[in-house]
Amino acid sequence: MTGPLPAPAPGSGFARSVWLVLRKDLTVEVRSGEIAYTTLFFAASCVLIFAFALVKEGRAPEGGAAGILWIAILFATTLALGRGFERERQSETLRALLLAPVPRPAIYVGKLLGIVALLVATEVVLLPLVAFLFTARLFAHPLWLAGIVLTCTVGLASVGTLFAAMLVRARSRDMLLPVLLYPVVVPVIIAGVQGTAALLQPTVDTAVVRFWLLLLVTFDVVFVVLALWTFEAVMSD
Amino acid sequence: MSHSPHQSPAALEFTSVAVEEVSRAFGRRRALSRVSFRAVQGEILGVLGPNGAGKSTLIGILATLLRPTSGRVRYGDATESTGATLRARIGVLGHDLFLYPELTARENLEFFAGLHAVGDPAAAANDALRRAGLDARADDPVSSFSRGMRQRVALERALIHRPRLVLLDEPFTGLDDASAAALVARLRELRASGAIVIVATHDLELAEPLLNHALFLRDGRPAASIPAPDRLRAVYQDVMTRPLDETRP
Repeated sequence: MTGPLPAPAPGSGFARSVWLVLRKDLTVEVRSGEIAYTTLFFAASCVLIFAFALVKEGRAPEGGAAGILWIAILFATTLALGRGFERERQSETLRALLLAPVPRPAIYVGKLLGIVALLVATEVVLLPLVAFLFTARLFAHPLWLAGIVLTCTVGLASVGTLFAAMLVRARSRDMLLPVLLYPVVVPVIIAGVQGTAALLQPTVDTAVVRFWLLLLVTFDVVFVVLALWTFEAVMSD
Repeated sequence: MSHSPHQSPAALEFTSVAVEEVSRAFGRRRALSRVSFRAVQGEILGVLGPNGAGKSTLIGILATLLRPTSGRVRYGDATESTGATLRARIGVLGHDLFLYPELTARENLEFFAGLHAVGDPAAAANDALRRAGLDARADDPVSSFSRGMRQRVALERALIHRPRLVLLDEPFTGLDDASAAALVARLRELRASGAIVIVATHDLELAEPLLNHALFLRDGRPAASIPAPDRLRAVYQDVMTRPLDETRP
């Protein structure tokens, strides 16, 4: 059975490995629905509770919608990250991924895109819910909103995926993940809240929105590059 | 040097694995202490010892998942630092089966064949399913399989890229007689095909007729190394009950 090696499949090794890991994660999630349902239920409950507490006579406190949206997304991210890597730990499949002759950063990118896809799916439900419950004009500038939401989500997931992978063998990983993650992603949350709040003003100051968007893009680039650079070392032994 | 038309020019070839004075510590606990041996192509080497003897740590080091604290492992002329090229030639069946329970047997095999850049993952998965005798259950999720069926899928998953070095950690655990006999036959087939097979086990009855060489570990230390072992249980009991300073080969 050792015999000649089969011919390698065509295509870039990195991109192909990313696609394989991403497709596998999405297939597993479609079958189980575990992370999507948990994060969605949790985030929607969070928004509902805040809405009942804060919205009085149809009027929400100024900036409340932006803050609550990002609180819900941050908690949902933590939940998704924890479950996503717990799944790889339970069957020790992370070891199998690390044993494969693929660039290890490709495993990181595949996992990252899987988490981003799940969070975007959650946000697709969450954004209209927040807009409705807080009577917020979230969709008045859809392109700016999409930019803020996507860059903020990538920022949260890029740091979170690296930390969740680092902690996968730690005994108190559920407690350590938020302890490590939240201080690092404070700039992302601030930028997300400020950028979204700016979009909710009656007259949108695009310079302000652009500033926060630029900050988010910078954060994303820095942390994705940093994670790609360190993932191999973090996952080795 | 010429290559077979099906062979990747980048493929790493080696005919032996040499473990040289390898030690591994986890914090203050020493899991392996100065272990040395050589395993060659076309042989099955058994790593024997009780629970906690360091067998899984040794398999982890050979698989490049763990780094030795001291000493080194040489795969022909290559070392662990060779990275992905070396990993492409190693197949591991761990105590955990490295399978996604939500995916079907076919999807698991195709996924790992894809990661190992096997030319036609679908054909490789079909071939593996046939070898595992699971053609009829190919599209059932692995979570619905018995332990023996999962073990068969996991073995084929470990071999799907035709590795030169095959590492098996307690492969007989949870298998019924028929499944164990099938595994023994598969290991003999691997040996005949020229693989280097290293099996960590404490199932001496099943291991005895298979092994070309037995390495006994005790408390992380090599207690004995015996070629073509005979009456394995008696040797095992003798090695494991001797005072440790008398057990060096």
